[in-house]
Amino acid sequence: MSEQKLTGAQIVIKALKDQGVDIIFGYPGGAVLPIYDALFQQNDLKHVLVRHEQAAVHAAEGYARSTGKVGCVLVTSGPGATNAVTGLLDALCDSIPLVCLSGQVPTHLIGNDAFQEADTTGITRPCTKHNYLVKDVDNLARTLHEAFYVARSGRPGPVLVDIPKDVQFADGTYLPPAEVKHKTYRPQVKPEIARIEEAVELIANAKRPVFYTGGGVINAGPFAAKLLTQFVKTTGFPITSTLMGLGAFPASESQWLGMLGMHGTYEANLAMYECDLMINIGARFDDRVTGKLSAFSPGSKKIHVDIDPSSINKNVAVDIPIVGDCGAVLEDMLRIWKARAKSPDKAALKEWWGKIEGWRARNCLNYNRTESVIKPQYALERLREALRGKDHYITTEVGQHQMWAAQFLPFDQPNRWMTSGGLGTMGYGLPAAIGAQLAHPDAIVVDVSGEASFLMNMQEIGTAVQYRAPVKIFILNNQYMGMVRQWQELLHGSRYSQSYSEALPDFVKLAESWGCVGLRATTVAEVDQVIEKMLAVTDRPCIIDIAVDPKENCFPMIPGGKAHNEILFGPDDSPSDATPEDGMVLV
Amino acid sequence: MENVIEKHTIAVLVDNEPGVLARVIGLFSGRGYNIESLTVAEVNNADHLSRITLVTSGTRMIIEQIKAQLSRLVPVHRVHDLTDEGPAVERELALVKVAGTGDKRIEALRLADIFKAKVVDATLTSFVFELTGTTEQVDDFVGLMGQLGLVEASRTGVVAMSKGPAAF
Repeated sequence: MSEQKLTGAQIVIKALKDQGVDIIFGYPGGAVLPIYDALFQQNDLKHVLVRHEQAAVHAAEGYARSTGKVGCVLVTSGPGATNAVTGLLDALCDSIPLVCLSGQVPTHLIGNDAFQEADTTGITRPCTKHNYLVKDVDNLARTLHEAFYVARSGRPGPVLVDIPKDVQFADGTYLPPAEVKHKTYRPQVKPEIARIEEAVELIANAKRPVFYTGGGVINAGPFAAKLLTQFVKTTGFPITSTLMGLGAFPASESQWLGMLGMHGTYEANLAMYECDLMINIGARFDDRVTGKLSAFSPGSKKIHVDIDPSSINKNVAVDIPIVGDCGAVLEDMLRIWKARAKSPDKAALKEWWGKIEGWRARNCLNYNRTESVIKPQYALERLREALRGKDHYITTEVGQHQMWAAQFLPFDQPNRWMTSGGLGTMGYGLPAAIGAQLAHPDAIVVDVSGEASFLMNMQEIGTAVQYRAPVKIFILNNQYMGMVRQWQELLHGSRYSQSYSEALPDFVKLAESWGCVGLRATTVAEVDQVIEKMLAVTDRPCIIDIAVDPKENCFPMIPGGKAHNEILFGPDDSPSDATPEDGMVLV
Repeated sequence: MENVIEKHTIAVLVDNEPGVLARVIGLFSGRGYNIESLTVAEVNNADHLSRITLVTSGTRMIIEQIKAQLSRLVPVHRVHDLTDEGPAVERELALVKVAGTGDKRIEALRLADIFKAKVVDATLTSFVFELTGTTEQVDDFVGLMGQLGLVEASRTGVVAMSKGPAAF
């Protein structure tokens, strides 16, 4: 009977179980003690104790991104909630479904500047898809179920539910999920067929088409990725993807051009620049992708598929907007393509591919191979070879290593690549790796890291050790905040203002102090050895310190404010041309 | 070519719940949109629905973006662009306090009569006028009173409704 009375804390646990949550990432504190007590008295829901609330959110993101499920977080009031803010915004920017529960001071103290009080719904309003303050225990179950519904529906995102302590203690009525229907929120999932028909006509008549896909395909689920692959193969068109969309189309296929954007491949960016039809599926014309907007793909018709109507015509005006779930849209597109017996313009396509192959031959990811120092690209190439054929997940921190990972590690499946794209949060990778590892205990999970990013959340090694998550922290240690230094070289006369890593710890000893395995490579010959040893460790985390060339920069690069056809290939390209005043002010 | 700044009156039906106005205002401040006026009050007591009427300006692309952003707020039921959707009536209510004696006081009263403003408070040295009209009428009235002892003005901002039988 749903009339049975439970405490607010018990309602929380029951609602989470009914929503299919199996792991919750959190940190206790005064305002959530009743929920922690209820957690203690059950065994179905596993709680993972992080070392800092920001990491709880990133871990939940890693869990969500690698499983397709809603990640779940529990933090206390005040500092617990404010520490979670970065993670919440990270999840908002990358459309990751999360539910974050925060404790709040008792309702009668709200507004009194009580101990550990914060206006959590006020602070997190612009950092969440939606948030709630529950003041009545009888609204608690409904609110929690709504929170999960909002988090996973439409364009996914983080939802926060703030629960005052007296509400956690109070007795209330539980309502199962089936009895809760949201009053207003009904995102459009099914596309307008007329628009799909127009799109199919354009696709069939395109001479120089390109697919440009993004995180929306990943969010639409593995089925959408499968449909995308099928459609791209059916058409024979080239395909590129954003950072967030990697893995939706297999990187091992010849139609794959690599990632596009600021550090994307030459062939991907030029295909975008010169195409006559751009088919954007689940990407948002982000500034890292478009570069200079006025020179963005000037001669193309543009189809844009997005589940969020506000993404359409936000940065780039498009010819055929299609609002809907990427999976539903691709399903209709394929169906109509087949029903109308469409086929691509083979002759034009052949010519187009000829052009693309010419750009490809430029081999833009090539780097100066040397035996004298470990190039970061080389370390990633060796990692790629070592992981080939093995069940693995990759997370990254933020910076040069992140871009190199995107360039050099191939993804043939969705949900295997977790990175902080929109917000660019250093310190994301380790906790995200822990979340992914706990969701996939038998897989290999590697956090491709830089020494500076790793330091931002390295306390989470403790979490990994405690829960026996054998994550591999693959540090490309160049003793710089490499991307900051790269921009300082490009735009600020190589004045390395605060961008060097001083007073670094001995990462091997650091690992050992936690009972983990620590490995170091300082020569090219040692790279394969440490990777082999790293992969042999399956019962504890492993920190791999790779001393890479401190001066290496990430290329190709389209400097801020430049167009897709203004690419720097390497350190010898003149940076003076690349630094117009208007570009300098961009980030 | 599409950079003409347009002024639009937008009506938004929302759940009357805590924080909903903050969401709307935060959207405008966070994304750098203009708000020229904004009014809000509950219009349906049984369903706890409030109607927000806002006047904003921007290029066509920005106006479309504002509507899309408003629509995706979770407690928002409907968004209507009254400027786009055909003829609408727009009204503002103003309370205008004028202080003084002598000729100016008499002139203020005469003008109030011409504008069909009501006197809602009177003392020997002041009036408070209530005026309902379009924004332009209220602007004109307040402008004239400026020369006749205006000491305070309070305006509601625009409320608006489409003409004809169709309902929001």
